[in-house]
Amino acid sequence: MYAVFRKELADHFNSRRFMILFLLALLAAVFAIYVAIQNIRSVVTADTEFIFLKIFTTSGETLPSFLFFISLFIAIIGIALGFDAISSERVSGNLSRLLSQPIYRDAVINGKFLAGLTVLGIIVASLVAIVSGLGLRTIGVPPNSEEVLRLIVFVLISIIYGAFWMALSVLFSVFFNRAATSMLASIGLWIFFAFFMSMIAGAIANARVPIDTNSSLEMITQNVQIAGAIGRISPATLYGEATAALLVPELGSLNPAMMLISTYIAGRMLTPLPFSQSLLLVWPQLVSVVALAAICFAVSYIKFMREEIRSI
Amino acid sequence: MAEIVVETTNLTKKYDGFTAVDGLNLHIEEGEIFGFLGPNGAGKTTTLLMLLGLTEPTSGTAQVCGHNPTREPLKVKRLVGYLPEKVGFYEDLTARQNLRYTAELNHLPGREAEEKITDLLTTVGLSKVANQEVRKLSRGMKQRLGIADILVKEPKLAFFDEPTSGIDPEGIGDILNIIAKMAKRGITVIFCSHQLPQVQKICTRVGILAKGRFVAEGPLDRLGRQTLGGGRYRIEIQVSQPTAKLIEFIKGIKGVIDVTVSPESLLVTCDTDLRSQIARTIVDAGGSLLGMKIEEYSLEKIYKKYFRED
Ligand SMILES: Nc1ncnc2c1ncn2[C@@H]1O[C@H](COP(=O)(O)OP(=O)(O)OP(=O)(O)O)[C@@H](O)[C@H]1O
Ligand SMILES: [Mg+2]
Repeated sequence: MYAVFRKELADHFNSRRFMILFLLALLAAVFAIYVAIQNIRSVVTADTEFIFLKIFTTSGETLPSFLFFISLFIAIIGIALGFDAISSERVSGNLSRLLSQPIYRDAVINGKFLAGLTVLGIIVASLVAIVSGLGLRTIGVPPNSEEVLRLIVFVLISIIYGAFWMALSVLFSVFFNRAATSMLASIGLWIFFAFFMSMIAGAIANARVPIDTNSSLEMITQNVQIAGAIGRISPATLYGEATAALLVPELGSLNPAMMLISTYIAGRMLTPLPFSQSLLLVWPQLVSVVALAAICFAVSYIKFMREEIRSI
Repeated sequence: MAEIVVETTNLTKKYDGFTAVDGLNLHIEEGEIFGFLGPNGAGKTTTLLMLLGLTEPTSGTAQVCGHNPTREPLKVKRLVGYLPEKVGFYEDLTARQNLRYTAELNHLPGREAEEKITDLLTTVGLSKVANQEVRKLSRGMKQRLGIADILVKEPKLAFFDEPTSGIDPEGIGDILNIIAKMAKRGITVIFCSHQLPQVQKICTRVGILAKGRFVAEGPLDRLGRQTLGGGRYRIEIQVSQPTAKLIEFIKGIKGVIDVTVSPESLLVTCDTDLRSQIARTIVDAGGSLLGMKIEEYSLEKIYKKYFRED
């Protein structure tokens, strides 16, 4: 497997695809930090504890934050690194040759996946590093140790989230011989989860518990709770919640109803949660994303391990 | 007796009801070059895939060097080199890098592998383009690279699925030579091809497959005798003076069935290979033997015979 991993990694670094992805992500990051620096004054008050984290989460009136950008880019990078992993080998006629060498079939998938994961890790880590560096220079406030910890966990969770999309696109590359089909299927699912899922969740919740301006707090809570539960089918929502809990410690809870109530009643955010509490908060989200990736993997294995390898 | 390296019993592959390989019994001994023939769709490639563990048999078993390809794929793949019908390489890597990867997958130590790759690229006539990306190679060059790719892992057994397709006439000669040389070194070869003269040139034994079953199998001369010679040997003799007495003597040899006389030669039909007895008889009778040839059957004719009868 090590040989496959090494070759795939070398291929990635020599590929145009990697260059393009990295440049795009870099542009987005620089743009996002520009937005953050423009707007950071309005969100920081005298008692803001985690100023450094605000670089990553501050958005403009219409312009999105780094957190938003990276949640989009990670999915795209994951898909781009996996959508033709197996199909390209098959179509180029390499797969027959490769699998007549003394390696197990799963070594091919594993090696490719690990190489993709490494690339993903390098991209995400360097983006966060670049943004931190630029942020440090412009706002001049160094991160405290808790902020550093939170950022490290954020990078890890981002890699795991990217790994899910990569596992999904690898799965499609096992099933579809055409790279375009596999890419469309992956991107289609991503668009569905990232953009339509919340609308659908809202629509279902409204159908079950209709609310209007004079609905009781109880009704609103119920409505929001249903929408939240449905939304959590989507890995994009899970990732969004997890990163929010990490980078916005003031959030307090990930339960949408609780959040609603607390802002309703108190009219303000809660005091920041300690790091360990934040970790506890993101744990279920994390486990869910890992499980989803594992399912994609398992299905790829089942299909790929026993299928016929014929040169086409 | 030579070791049996490939053995299948009732090997069968069905694709949703359609039987591609139908109860095949194959025995191949060490050092043989086995010609695997048959029309398109006969099941040749499917058989090879089952022998490599690249697809699972529906029923029956296969043993390659004593291992079951489905249950012990790695043991089989360590010993077998396979050149697929449509061979492909990593287009962005050079010819040499592609071979290097194969060497690495076979755990060949780096230094040794480099030397070997250089040698092999020369053997297959690609030393000039060794450092060119594969995308820039012609189809025939890729095919040659495929042959080098098999040799990198030093197989005990090599499967060639139409190795000469797309190769120029001179190159075909080279490749047949390479394959013949492999067999001399003790590598067993299965050679799938539609190019009958090529098969005839190098194969020690052939099997003709139709609809997943063998219609004929055996050494070429025997198949020829069976199908074309009515099971008999035909020996062509040239003597200086074909006298009636000499012909009578030859007819008197035990096993000779018939002698026909033509202006240039005598054609002796017999049950067994009687060449030495015939020669002795002619010399004893005071005749002078100018030439003697046992009839060779062209594989083309044998092959056509099988498919005309259908
Ligand atoms: N995946 C598949 N599904 C269904 N049928 C298949 C499949 N693969 C091959 N076949 C059928 O199996 C039969 C045998 O195919 P195979 O490739 O072994 O033939 P072949 O002898 O190698 O022919 P050729 O000389 O054209 O290479 C063919 O009739 C083919 O249609
Ligand atoms: Mg074939």
